[in-house]
Amino acid sequence: MVKFKPNTEVDFVVIGSGAAGGIMAKELSVAGFSVVVLEQGGPGKYGHEQDYNKDELLNMYPPTADDRLMSDLKLQPNTFRRNANEKAEPGNSRYGCVLGGGTVTYGGSSWRHLPYEFNEATHEGTIAGTGLVDWPITYDELEPYYTKAEWELGISGLRVDTPFFAPMSKPYPVPPMPQKASGALLKVAAAKLGLTVVPNVAAIISQPYMGRPGCINCGMCSGFGCQVKARSSSAVTMIPIAENTGRCEIRTRSYVREISVGKNGRVTGAVYFDAKKNEIFQKAKAVVLSANGLETPRLLLLSKSNRFPDGLANSNGVVGRYLMSGNFSNASGLFEHPLNEYKGIVSGAAILDYVPSDPKRGFYGGGRMTGRGQEEPIQYGLQVGAHRPVVVRGDRGQPEPNQSGPQTPKWGAEYKKLLQEDANRKMTIASFITQLPLETNRVDLDPDVKDAWGLPAMRITASTHPDDVKCMEFFRQRSIEILHAAGATSVSAEPVSDSRGGAHSRGTCRMGNDPQTSVVNKYHRTHEVPNLIVVDGSSFVTGGRNHPTMTIQALAFRAAEHLIADARKGSV
Amino acid sequence: MTMQTRRSFLAQSALGVSSAWLASNWSGIIDAHAYAEQTASAPAPALDFFSSDQAADIDAMASQIIPTDDTPGAHEARCVYFIDRALTTFLRDSQPVYTAGLEDLQAKTKELFPDSSSFSALASAQQIQLLTAIERTHFFATVRTHTIMGLLASPVHGGNYDEVGWKLIGHEDALNFKPPFGYYDAESE
Repeated sequence: MVKFKPNTEVDFVVIGSGAAGGIMAKELSVAGFSVVVLEQGGPGKYGHEQDYNKDELLNMYPPTADDRLMSDLKLQPNTFRRNANEKAEPGNSRYGCVLGGGTVTYGGSSWRHLPYEFNEATHEGTIAGTGLVDWPITYDELEPYYTKAEWELGISGLRVDTPFFAPMSKPYPVPPMPQKASGALLKVAAAKLGLTVVPNVAAIISQPYMGRPGCINCGMCSGFGCQVKARSSSAVTMIPIAENTGRCEIRTRSYVREISVGKNGRVTGAVYFDAKKNEIFQKAKAVVLSANGLETPRLLLLSKSNRFPDGLANSNGVVGRYLMSGNFSNASGLFEHPLNEYKGIVSGAAILDYVPSDPKRGFYGGGRMTGRGQEEPIQYGLQVGAHRPVVVRGDRGQPEPNQSGPQTPKWGAEYKKLLQEDANRKMTIASFITQLPLETNRVDLDPDVKDAWGLPAMRITASTHPDDVKCMEFFRQRSIEILHAAGATSVSAEPVSDSRGGAHSRGTCRMGNDPQTSVVNKYHRTHEVPNLIVVDGSSFVTGGRNHPTMTIQALAFRAAEHLIADARKGSV
Repeated sequence: MTMQTRRSFLAQSALGVSSAWLASNWSGIIDAHAYAEQTASAPAPALDFFSSDQAADIDAMASQIIPTDDTPGAHEARCVYFIDRALTTFLRDSQPVYTAGLEDLQAKTKELFPDSSSFSALASAQQIQLLTAIERTHFFATVRTHTIMGLLASPVHGGNYDEVGWKLIGHEDALNFKPPFGYYDAESE
């Protein structure tokens, strides 16, 4: 495998190896460029994926640093506050932190944005106090790259002909994953309520594809590494191709602390700590930053220089703003017979009818509902009963929101009875919902808290827009109706809550044509630094329906194509 | 349904059998493994952290948290051995909680039942009375969490003996499953 010396100027340093970084490394190295990938996480079980454990306890308590797949709040702490007047408290935002990033452990939902989701400001009008604007690119411009991503990565799905499903120039390369009991129950409800249920679109192959075997439905899925390489992560799709070019060196446990700037205002490489915390400067002609919607803006803000005293590419102060971390709504029902949702992938089916915004509802927003119910045994045992605070139907059969039920037993004979009775009988409807981009919702540097390398921790500031609260409540109510229609014997629904960071974070280096109001141009070059390319969830202008990965991947393929063409012309 | 246990799979991985090979040769190896997996009753392991008196108290607490009735409970799952091993490995940080908590438990026993020698020696109703009095303490919450872990974690960690915990919740120990998975998807086929 190729090794570059740090003082050898490589063509590209790529920071991050997840959904975007893996694609950038693969595309650039296949095109003939030299690439060094700096990944802060460990190698995971890269190249020996059969060694990923399916052991819930080992996942909760990784025995070694090599077994850790997510960021660790002790090493990579973050803080949270609702607004600038509050002092931030310790936060709980985590993200995938291993070679392949979050794609190694994610649930795999791979929905495209609808065409309408690229110009919602045109459709909905401006919403006062928000940063809802159109993207500088259209769905048609991105469509070929969605197709490329689906076929190069391996996506299972079946397009159903409804206006709620994005148009596609080519079908999915692999048929959908098998129906689960949750999907069958959604269909029962949908038939009564006039809704449309479709198979989930997943980055988990249902059949052998490109040398990888199909999913064996082991059930230890989201949060676990895949032993049979059926999850189409960057680590089993893009990274091996990049390495095989002989032009791409992967350096794991490489924690970047600064992107360096020369006197001419161009970036010159990246300074990182290796596993032993030695500081190393890797020289490069250009830097691709794909560290995720939270770490990407943080690294730009950490990269202060005389030329950029407020952080790299941040003269306009937009870096870190318009954070969208993901709005959700969850409701659960218990059913008479076992669903056994612990088998198979997390979510096998979705309801699309409420994806578009509808002015008749009286607020902006929409979302995608998914049926699921996977719980690992310990997680189930610790939480059983929490889903039993009954939301009773009111006098007219309407669900009553916000009604908490009796305390459920936590130990003893009654607890054990509950543990046995409720096992495998739950379905949850998880809705993935819009979130308005707000200038005041942001990532910046905490003035007090430091990470394990002595660098300022990320601070998240976020409040929820009233339309988003109404939208989450709308989905909560629809979920309760659907669960009743599906025949649930009892239904409960968590109160809607604010998002506080996490792996779906987007929008923090937004794309735009105007250098005053955005960070990157439509080809992902930063407006201020021509040889600094930022591509990941941070590029999003609006959040879609909170299923970001496929759009990140399509953006990366598109960004790479333009970057390669420019680099060949010598204009990076 | 054909299946293979996770443990036997892990044992195979260690021998270097590739997952791709497994995926394509599944059915042939199943029967042999099912045969080899028949569990023999094993003697209880030695204690690393607890004294035998302490272990008796924790076993009694765990047995009230998940009691034995017509089905096995925390005692049969050997939760106390799971906790004992955990406290010298990945739950080392919880040692002080147990050391102090067991002392408090002893003191509370003397306070409520002056004639008794230990918590484990109390009658069941007395144990329940005492635990109800301390159920909001950090110690109780910790023992509860670790007892549930011991019941439902993989047996390789010392609890969930003979998979009694997984049997209670109908969790099949298999690496692969085939649809239909549950009642409703089977019904709709």
